[in-house]
Amino acid sequence: MPKYSFSVNGSKQTVEAEAEMPLLWVLRDLLGLTGSKFGCGIGQCGACTIHLNGEPMRSCLLPVADAAGQNIATIEGLATKKSLHKVQEAWISEDVAQCGYCQAGQIMSAVALLEKNSDPTDEDIDSAMAGNYCRCGTYIRIRKAIHSAAKATSIDQLAREA
Amino acid sequence: MSNFTLKKISRRAFFKKTGIAGGGLILAYSIPSIAKDGQPLVESSELNAFIQIREDGKILIYSGSPEMGQGIKTSLPMIVAEELGAKWSDVIVEQTPEVDTEKYGRQSTGGSYTLYRNWNLMREMGATAREMLLGAGALIMEVPKSELEAAESQIRHRRTNKSFSFAQLAGLAQRQPIPEKDSLVFKAREDYRILGTSKSQVDSLEIVTGVGDYGIDTKVPEMLFGCYEKCDAVGGKIVSANIDAVKELPGVVDAYIVKGNGKPNELMDGVGIVGTSTWSVFKAREKLEVVWDESLASKASWSDFESFAQTVKKEDSEDKINIGDIESSIGNSENTVLESFYEYPYVSHLCLEPMNCTAHFTKGESADKDHLEIWLPTQNGPRFQQFAESFYGLKKDQLTIHIKRMGGSFGRRNTNDYVSEAIELSKRSGKPVKLTWSREDSMKGDFFREGGFNKIRGVLDPEGKLVGWDEHLIRADYPGKPGFLTGPWPSAFPFNSIENVRASLSTFRLDTPTGAWRAPYSNTHAFVSQSFIHELASKAGRDHLEFLLEILGEPRWLAPGQVNALNTERAIGVLNRVAKESGLSKRPLDQGRGLGLAFYFCHAAHVAEVADVSISKNQEVTVHKITAAVDVGPIINMSGALNQVEGSIMDGLSTMIGQKITMENGRIQETNLDQYPVLRINSAPEIDVHFIQSDYDPTGLGEPALPPLAPAVANAIFAATGSRVRKMPLNELGYRV
Ligand code: FES
Ligand code: FES
Repeated sequence: MPKYSFSVNGSKQTVEAEAEMPLLWVLRDLLGLTGSKFGCGIGQCGACTIHLNGEPMRSCLLPVADAAGQNIATIEGLATKKSLHKVQEAWISEDVAQCGYCQAGQIMSAVALLEKNSDPTDEDIDSAMAGNYCRCGTYIRIRKAIHSAAKATSIDQLAREA
Repeated sequence: MSNFTLKKISRRAFFKKTGIAGGGLILAYSIPSIAKDGQPLVESSELNAFIQIREDGKILIYSGSPEMGQGIKTSLPMIVAEELGAKWSDVIVEQTPEVDTEKYGRQSTGGSYTLYRNWNLMREMGATAREMLLGAGALIMEVPKSELEAAESQIRHRRTNKSFSFAQLAGLAQRQPIPEKDSLVFKAREDYRILGTSKSQVDSLEIVTGVGDYGIDTKVPEMLFGCYEKCDAVGGKIVSANIDAVKELPGVVDAYIVKGNGKPNELMDGVGIVGTSTWSVFKAREKLEVVWDESLASKASWSDFESFAQTVKKEDSEDKINIGDIESSIGNSENTVLESFYEYPYVSHLCLEPMNCTAHFTKGESADKDHLEIWLPTQNGPRFQQFAESFYGLKKDQLTIHIKRMGGSFGRRNTNDYVSEAIELSKRSGKPVKLTWSREDSMKGDFFREGGFNKIRGVLDPEGKLVGWDEHLIRADYPGKPGFLTGPWPSAFPFNSIENVRASLSTFRLDTPTGAWRAPYSNTHAFVSQSFIHELASKAGRDHLEFLLEILGEPRWLAPGQVNALNTERAIGVLNRVAKESGLSKRPLDQGRGLGLAFYFCHAAHVAEVADVSISKNQEVTVHKITAAVDVGPIINMSGALNQVEGSIMDGLSTMIGQKITMENGRIQETNLDQYPVLRINSAPEIDVHFIQSDYDPTGLGEPALPPLAPAVANAIFAATGSRVRKMPLNELGYRV
């Protein structure tokens, strides 16, 4: 079987897998990183969202061969040793989750959105997040949490600049 | 007060049993009624702890109810912490380490009753521990207990402000006598510091960092990954399969033909494949060729059911409810009779976490030495225990059960089908096996919310008062179907509130398994009955709210003291409140925009909702806002309660807009999200929830806010357009979202 190397959350990983094995299953079953979730396997639910070179991506549709040599970020790598990511903090303080199963994917999409757009409107949020299904219907809180993470980020920036 | 008895526990036995470290005050409860041989349960071996106040200041509370997103793992401990006088940040909550109803009480969840059932027990736990800590504080401070108070994890002497922490007192508290249950005084509501506030779920951190431990995330050393293929038509028997070829495929370790017992909720015939990753077994499965004997398999067809419903005669139905004299009220020429026909489809549970289970079966020297360790996403641990004994002959002491957090359940994870498949694969491979269903497996193999039809007649007297209700329910049936799902339920509104009522039932044989789905029966009956009440009000030329209030009548509790009986005073309360908050009667609306009202009572909850909806010329639906008024007594966790109401409303909307499961020749036609539209964030309405925190005991919110949603939206569409919605889903009527 061929070998593929790539970086996951900043550390180099090498796996032996068939070229077409989706990255989702490489992460979950070969590397034991089960934060990215399996929901539909056809790119419709967003539970498996990761970042490929900073872009949100459905890992259930990404063959491991295409990930070779690339930078992958998953939910497990979002917080540093010292602190949670602003988006994670907002998710906790808004108590977004119900079952929580979709939330890793939601958070990865939200982080990618905020990296491009530091102060998204409701419409921006709706269009960036429409690919992430929440069976429990936590959408109102997702919107709120993204707004409050955006605010927290800009306050941080002001503090740094001052 | 509950029937439970609190006991202290011998610490040595406790440690042996659970491996939990740290000393302090440990309280457990026992259920005297299940004492063995007429003897009370023996403390040292039979009890277990629900609460532990540790000397490091942490307060550990066990949660026995499975968590599936309903928030019970947070709300029950909040009750204990409140009575105890704990600081919430000192509380650690853990899932009970094993399934044992003798120790932990009821370890199942469902029907939105978990909170109600545990309310008194949780308060007793907290108040008992508090009294013992106060006793310890009195000894140390040498003051009367009555001069002390418990708050913020401290025992404080009111006069001198001297205080000791729970941690400091825990050891001594353990040696205090256990107060008599009848001597316990619960806190008054106005003194609450934790209850009624918003607390983020206790597992929030794990969820947002991706380490939340769902069943599907189970990792066990040497574990294999498995899948299981069944006949697409339920009941197909296996004849042969090319398993030798499948075994040769990359990543496959082994493949097996499995014979089941023919019960869809236990074990059906199939082919199991185990391998080195979930993907490798999914992939191998594509090469699987199975010959099925479908002679006895389901031939279920939605279109056949539809034609049956169109032609079945009232005379061929069986009366299930008969109150007053419906024939005379229909026959009375002064009365007006209105007739309608309603339809609602089968729908899927669609839990985002697909069905899965991890099992490790180890063979013993003899059958009674066999052992099964299982990582089980289930709403009902004890039901699995019974199944393990009846189907596999495994007794309680041969089982180690880990109840896993669930990525949604909504009534789905009550069966043992996905569980037995995992066990079969572990038995055959001799290895721990994590079995995962694909999304397609999860949709094809669901126990659906059943669809059906209602022919319904309402009778108005000359004053426009509703005096008769005649409903002909047309539903599906198959051998072994749980009876409660079908209806009609005599206790349901408005059967319980009208003078002359008949409800009859015709059934059609349809072998598609059905099961509990968020607010069983109510989820469709509310749509039919509350839309039809609006039709009747319009027919009579009357205001909908006033018409509903007239049906409810005088403020009274239909069966005083019974939480499951309609209390019209509370119903009137939520109706008036929702009308006020939504501006129901006042707000001038644009062309093509309308407000719709609906009320329903189920799961001990009185809920009224108003939908604010616009319909464009090309039938595009925009749901602007849902206003809800809810009376479930005092709120435990405000954030959790709001989350459940918001979620139920989104669920109701998602379902009514475009969801429909159809079957042809026994095969489910919609098998993944590309064929089954779901509500996305861009269609999510604003939701405005108002709780009436009455003084009744608190009850649960996992389900009751869902049923009124569909009729509220349907009634709003009528208000906006003059077109009636008598069929779900909306996209079949040409509406788009
Ligand atoms: S699992 Fe990848 S989008 Fe659903
Ligand atoms: S929180 Fe359950 S699916 Fe989103």
